[in-house]
Amino acid sequence: MKGYAYDLEQQQFEETPLAPMTQTEKPKITIKDLNFFYGEKQALFNINVQIPERQVTALIGPSGCGKSTFLRTLNRMNDLIDSARLEGEILLDGQDIYTRSVDIVALRRRVGMVFQKSTPFPKTIFENVAYGLKIRGLKDKAELSQIVEKSLHRANLWEEVKDRLNDNALSLSGGQQQRLCIARALAIDPEVLLMDEPASALDPRSTQKVEELIGELKKNYTIVIVTHNMQQAGRVSDLTAFFYEGQLIEFGDTKKIFTKPTKKQTEDYITGRFG
Amino acid sequence: MTTIALSSLGRTRRHWGETIFKLCAISLITLALLLLAALLINVTMDGLPRLSWQFLTSFPSRFAEKAGIYSALVGSAYLMVLIGIFSIPLGIGAAIYLEEYAPNNRFTRFIELNIANLAGVPSVIYGILGLELFVRIANFERSLLSGALTMSLLILPVIIIASREAVKSIPGSIREAALALGATKSQIVFTQIIPIAFPGILTGCILAFSRAIGEAAPLITLGALTYIPFLPDGVFSPFTVLPIQAFNWVSRPQDSFHQNAAAAILVLLIVLLLLNSAAIWLRYKFQRRFNW
Repeated sequence: MKGYAYDLEQQQFEETPLAPMTQTEKPKITIKDLNFFYGEKQALFNINVQIPERQVTALIGPSGCGKSTFLRTLNRMNDLIDSARLEGEILLDGQDIYTRSVDIVALRRRVGMVFQKSTPFPKTIFENVAYGLKIRGLKDKAELSQIVEKSLHRANLWEEVKDRLNDNALSLSGGQQQRLCIARALAIDPEVLLMDEPASALDPRSTQKVEELIGELKKNYTIVIVTHNMQQAGRVSDLTAFFYEGQLIEFGDTKKIFTKPTKKQTEDYITGRFG
Repeated sequence: MTTIALSSLGRTRRHWGETIFKLCAISLITLALLLLAALLINVTMDGLPRLSWQFLTSFPSRFAEKAGIYSALVGSAYLMVLIGIFSIPLGIGAAIYLEEYAPNNRFTRFIELNIANLAGVPSVIYGILGLELFVRIANFERSLLSGALTMSLLILPVIIIASREAVKSIPGSIREAALALGATKSQIVFTQIIPIAFPGILTGCILAFSRAIGEAAPLITLGALTYIPFLPDGVFSPFTVLPIQAFNWVSRPQDSFHQNAAAAILVLLIVLLLLNSAAIWLRYKFQRRFNW
């Protein structure tokens, strides 16, 4: 009996840390043979990767390596650039998001985005969070305030702003503005959250808050984050993808990438030999 | 010792240069201000005694002391309202199209270049265009409508340029952020671009209006009448405006009519000053709210 109990414990011990890391889990986003061009210039070369659900995937690499471009292909923000062209497939829950029948607006509601520079609209705090709902046609005041409150809670901002929801969002500090942008993205209840260097313009204290927030959010959301900060990638992410000159060099468990990278370029970059 | 002496000499010389330039600048600005003051004092001395409630509420007359600017004042007001109706939606629409929708090709650049050029065309040319287009071809007669349409053409380039500047100053990140929240292009225009650009657009419109309200040349070309002893009863009614009334009185030989002209100019100046201060106030009021 004793041995059995021990076995059970042992099994659990074995399973818990491994389960979220294995690739057997259903991928949220599958990228197949992705090539991306700005006019004549190719920015991404033959990317194949599966982004698992409810995990944090960090994209790292030197400036201009294509990680932001890659991030922006996931909610079709690159469509805004006239000369941009894409080959290959990006599947969200098995559905290609680049077929003609896809409603881009609906896609962007499922795949939210937070930018490097916090970009609050010059409106009140309340209006900022409610914006995504209002443009969708939600008018009910009670429902709006309920979702606004919930979103601000989730972004760990509620306590700081609950007494001044009608103040201009530009009166908030930099870190608060960025969390407001996260709250705004959460309000429309996306499934995936793309973050383009969300903490690069913040002070260490605000950065820590945003990082803690990312840790909480991954319970409900699939997060893809671009970061220049190696420590940050190590702290917040489950998986790491290393990009170099438009190619995906290495992808896998963050711990493994940081401790035992298989490719020389990855090791050089992580140890700071270039970048 | 020698070096010190030399350097201090150089400093004195530079100092003198500075002082002379400063004096030149001050005397030039004083000259400009003095000329303006002389003009204002002259007009005020001539016009102020004539300025009364009776002057504001009387129709023109062949007796100078009975004449007033009632029809001209009302005509100017009607004209401004009509110009606003025509030019503001068109101007803002054109600006938003050019900034937000137009593809960046040769045709768009051609349009942009021409709008900038149109802003510099003398107003009398617009009068000739309006005379042919609205009075003759469209057969609107020498009416308020023809006048308003002509004036709208005149100030459209100014409104478009000012509105474009206001729209252009909105950072692209705002558009991206709204797009990422699932906004469509038209939603972004109506919920972000127009509200944020509004103070700039408004300021531009008011400044354009203050140009329109002082213009006499295109309306005279158009054939606006100078003696209107009645109020306009519709958009097809003949009309007169303040600058035309003043122009008419100035061209009379009698001194008493010149006083009337001075009083009319004073009224025009007051209206202009009010419009300009409104523009400055609005700019100041909204400016602090929108700094990224």
